[in-house]
Amino acid sequence: MEGFSVDERKIRVVVAKPGLDGHDRGAKVVARALRDAGMEVIYTGLRQTPDQIVETVMQEDADAVGISILSGAHTFYFTKIIDMLREKNAEDVIVFGGGVIPENDIPGLLEAGAGAIFGPGTPTSACVEWLEEAVAKKRAKE
Amino acid sequence: MESLLEKAFHGDIRSIARIISLIENDNPVKDALLKRIYSMTGNAIVLGITGSPGAGKSTLTDKVIEHFRRKEKKVGVIAVDPSSPFSGGAILADRIRMQRHTGDPGVYIRSMGTRGSLGGLSRGTRESVILLDACGYDVVIIETVGVGQSEVDIIKIADTVCLVLVPGMGDDIQIMKAGIMEIANVFAINKADKPGVDRVAAEVRLMLDLVKDRPWLPPVHLTIAENGTGIEELVGSFLAHADFLKNSAGGAQRERRRLSFEVEDILLQHITRIAEKKWLSYKTDEVMESLLSRKNNPYAVAEDVLRNIIPGTSEN
Repeated sequence: MEGFSVDERKIRVVVAKPGLDGHDRGAKVVARALRDAGMEVIYTGLRQTPDQIVETVMQEDADAVGISILSGAHTFYFTKIIDMLREKNAEDVIVFGGGVIPENDIPGLLEAGAGAIFGPGTPTSACVEWLEEAVAKKRAKE
Repeated sequence: MESLLEKAFHGDIRSIARIISLIENDNPVKDALLKRIYSMTGNAIVLGITGSPGAGKSTLTDKVIEHFRRKEKKVGVIAVDPSSPFSGGAILADRIRMQRHTGDPGVYIRSMGTRGSLGGLSRGTRESVILLDACGYDVVIIETVGVGQSEVDIIKIADTVCLVLVPGMGDDIQIMKAGIMEIANVFAINKADKPGVDRVAAEVRLMLDLVKDRPWLPPVHLTIAENGTGIEELVGSFLAHADFLKNSAGGAQRERRRLSFEVEDILLQHITRIAEKKWLSYKTDEVMESLLSRKNNPYAVAEDVLRNIIPGTSEN
């Protein structure tokens, strides 16, 4: 990254916390790991509505949106956000997430269009690697 | 490209965002695009908000947006945060304080990482302002990174620069010596409910008094961005300064200087691109070996590369 003009295309990721979760420690840990992998992470802060999250993704021209949910409302928020992205012709945006999400709910979220769900204890490197690969695939299709 | 621009002019947010990414990534189509839209610019008021980290720039920006929205002005915001010098990544979090405007179709907010730029802005800032201006945003606010004393590039882009200061940041000598003080057209002494605010205001006013006979005396406002105190007066000064620029010799001079900066910046971009290309094709293992063994030196190599670009570069 040193030296002359840096014309590489950065990966841009929105990290968002929908709903009424009280803390965002996990989201911050992930944001930090993505930054350390060279990505630009747009962090929205707590208590975001799906509208705000989707609009942020559009305004920031993000490649991906990472959603962190601890409250149990994951199925609602994931499907809502994925649907709204589709409505705005932005279904190419990669949706992934984590938080406290029961094993049994994961297949449903993936079927709804989430790219991956990372549960507690996932090493951040797994998330970084997965996202790098997913963005490379997405860009290859452009 | 043409359709992307067409959609951007019709207010399609994703197209505007896409074009800004092309600008940020120094995409080859960028120059042609900016050339095409340049004649449509010059209508927006371009405000720069700068100040040290934690001074309250984002919160202040949020309140300024609100003020302009009440007057039904379309507002574009470019918020710059630092990129990591190690990974090149960045956490862009200025938006947090402005998120309530997300969803208002009259507000567009874009976060940018500095990507190696040192002047308090990012590489794409200036050109993104051109786009937002051409797309009909009445006001474009640039929030710089949290600055120290000499990150003053904002003056090359903004019509009006607002410096946000807070109590408790140091004595009057700090205020006197900092280059950043010289670029402000409007001062906001923020967190005015904290002790020491009167002293900071007095010191700033004292410093301003040292220069006599200036056509524009920068106003000093006390603000509490958190609850909106003083914002109306602050925005009043922004508009007064915009008027001053329109109707004074100083304004014409400033615009002339800004345009000159702009040409210089574009020249530098071109030269950097060419130099990079030539150097990368010149840089063989042999060249690097000769440097490592001290048989050759970096000055001679640079001159040699330069001679390939500009014929007639002298051999010293």
